[in-house]
Amino acid sequence: MLSIQNLEAKIDNKNILNGLNLNINPGEVHAIMGPNGSGKSTLANVLSGKNGYETKGQIKFNGENLGELTTEERAQKGIFLAFQYPLEIPGVNTNIFLRTSLNAVRKAKGEKEIDTLSFLKLIKEKASELGIDEKFLSRQLNVGFSGGEKKKNEILQMKLLQPKLSILDETDSGLDIDALRIVADGVNSYKNKDNAFLIITHYQRLLDYIRPDFIHVLSNGKIAKTGGSELGIELEKTGYANIG
Amino acid sequence: MKTEDLKNTQEYKYGFTTEVENIRAPKGLNEETIKFISKIKKEPKWMLDWRLKAYNRLKALKEPNWQKPKYPKINYQDLYYYSAPKSASEKPKSLDEIDPKILETYKKLGIPLVEQQRLNGIAVDAVFDSVSVATTFKDELTKKGIIFCSISEAIQKHPELVKKYLGSVIPLSDHYFATLNSAVFTDGSFVYIPPNTRCPMELSTYFRINASETGQFERTLIIADKGSYVSYLEGCTAPMRDENQLHAANVELVALDDAEIKYSTVQNWYPGDKNGVGGIYNFVTKRGACRGKNSKISWTQVETGSAITWKYPSCILQGDNSVGEFYSIAITNNFQKADTGTKMIHLGKNTKSKIISKGISAGNADNMYRGLVDIKNKASNSRNYTQCDSLLMGNKCGAHTVPYIKNNNATSTIEHEATTTKINEDQLYYCNQRGLDQEEAVSLIVNGFCKEVLQQLPMEFAVEAQKLVSISLEGSVG
Repeated sequence: MLSIQNLEAKIDNKNILNGLNLNINPGEVHAIMGPNGSGKSTLANVLSGKNGYETKGQIKFNGENLGELTTEERAQKGIFLAFQYPLEIPGVNTNIFLRTSLNAVRKAKGEKEIDTLSFLKLIKEKASELGIDEKFLSRQLNVGFSGGEKKKNEILQMKLLQPKLSILDETDSGLDIDALRIVADGVNSYKNKDNAFLIITHYQRLLDYIRPDFIHVLSNGKIAKTGGSELGIELEKTGYANIG
Repeated sequence: MKTEDLKNTQEYKYGFTTEVENIRAPKGLNEETIKFISKIKKEPKWMLDWRLKAYNRLKALKEPNWQKPKYPKINYQDLYYYSAPKSASEKPKSLDEIDPKILETYKKLGIPLVEQQRLNGIAVDAVFDSVSVATTFKDELTKKGIIFCSISEAIQKHPELVKKYLGSVIPLSDHYFATLNSAVFTDGSFVYIPPNTRCPMELSTYFRINASETGQFERTLIIADKGSYVSYLEGCTAPMRDENQLHAANVELVALDDAEIKYSTVQNWYPGDKNGVGGIYNFVTKRGACRGKNSKISWTQVETGSAITWKYPSCILQGDNSVGEFYSIAITNNFQKADTGTKMIHLGKNTKSKIISKGISAGNADNMYRGLVDIKNKASNSRNYTQCDSLLMGNKCGAHTVPYIKNNNATSTIEHEATTTKINEDQLYYCNQRGLDQEEAVSLIVNGFCKEVLQQLPMEFAVEAQKLVSISLEGSVG
């Protein structure tokens, strides 16, 4: 599904990624761990097509060269990024944002736009699966949301847009244990053999709930070590100092 | 308009002209022109005298020049002051009698002039160039004693009301453009709501400049008698053309005891092309008098068009406990310029005013909020709240806020808040990551920025205004 070869990324003339390789197949859950500044969020940004990075190397997504696609085209083709800090958009109703987003993705796939009634039915169903109060949907997007609410909203969007590859950028940070469980349940219920996850995290904590197939340790912009889910537990004990 | 120009009309959706033969007054501003206008409208002598009085005052006035947007000198002797579709010189009795070309124009504009009006609950007094060509729902309104007609008709049929109120809010020699309008105004709307009557539908007028080189001088007068309520909608679009056109309308509102007037505008005159060539000069005087106690006047404007927009819809809060509101969205793109805001003059006790202004600037445009809050010494316990937000797109545009604040009463308070922000790249990225392209993202964010004002508009208008906000900013973020 995703194949990254020798990826380098620079921002403001500073090298962040230095020859990163990674393959993700459908049905897999990959976790990326690593110390602050190792390039985890840069990887998420480069994959989603954020402006401002100078890149080299190759990223293929379902056979297509990602470098040639805009951010919205990548999103329309099924790359979803759950933001570490979801943005507030004042004056924009959450429901309207979600519907506009869903319709943009549907339109790109050549599907018909969803009508308001069907949308409301769909979104209420998805929200209730995540234990999100309906009232939350008529509030302004992320404005005045708690940290937990913002993250739940990201997961709600993921479940609504049905991406092929979901990148979770430190979705667990700042979550209390209940919110963490809700987020993890959201991911687990969406996971299937056709989609994949790239979970960026500092802590083993989230991985107690979402079991990864692979854990990669990122250090100095490269993958320094790859292992199974046991690697996370080991890191929790020994820290990142011995790796890389 | 030349045919080759037609190819370029896509950028301005409403840029087209209709071929209608015109009756025109001779070129130039003089007593003869004024007499011509008055005669063709079969006006009584008092009206002609009033116009001539204005014309004589005008001779002593100079065009104001304190505004920020400058414009080339206007040769008032080179303009036509009256132009009417020929087919309207014999007033049509029903829609069937109306020039199909005109109906077609309205159709292109999406104006529901036929039966769907009823479904939409809108009565339209449509102004095509200078003469009202159709007034609908008159019967339904007549039953309630509501008068909704062209000002020309009101001058003939309701002279006592026109005499009493015309010029009572905007005096004859108020300033250059207002006085010019008093001398040469051609048509516009007249509304009278009798005491204790709630107007059952939104009243609406669509304006449209059509004939070349015709300055358009609308005159609107709305009177809400004691305990009445009316909501009035004004929307304008203009065909595409090259030379600048002057539009100097006067709008007067009078609210008596316990009455409320809500006046909403969507202004989408031709803004000129990408390089700043052409476009309308929109120099409008809009003023409302809250004459009675507990009265209320609320202005809402969405200003997206015109090369230059220069207007300050104002409220004179004369009656005790009266309320004035001003909600504004002003969008300037390319080389457009706006100098707009409001004046809230507090005279009565316990008067309140609220100003919410959202200015959006893109391209090389310049956007100015200029507003006056003036609390006079007898206006005890009065309050004003002002919030001015500016949004900048790109780095070649400008936003300015110039509040004039005077408080002569120690028991009264004035609050002013202002922000200036650039459109946030991270917000755009977030929207893009959710599949929205750049234009959809800008539209969403800007509509959110304007929401407080948009939600003041009546429902049907709000949808149109939202679309207009998006259309106006197309291509402004690269």
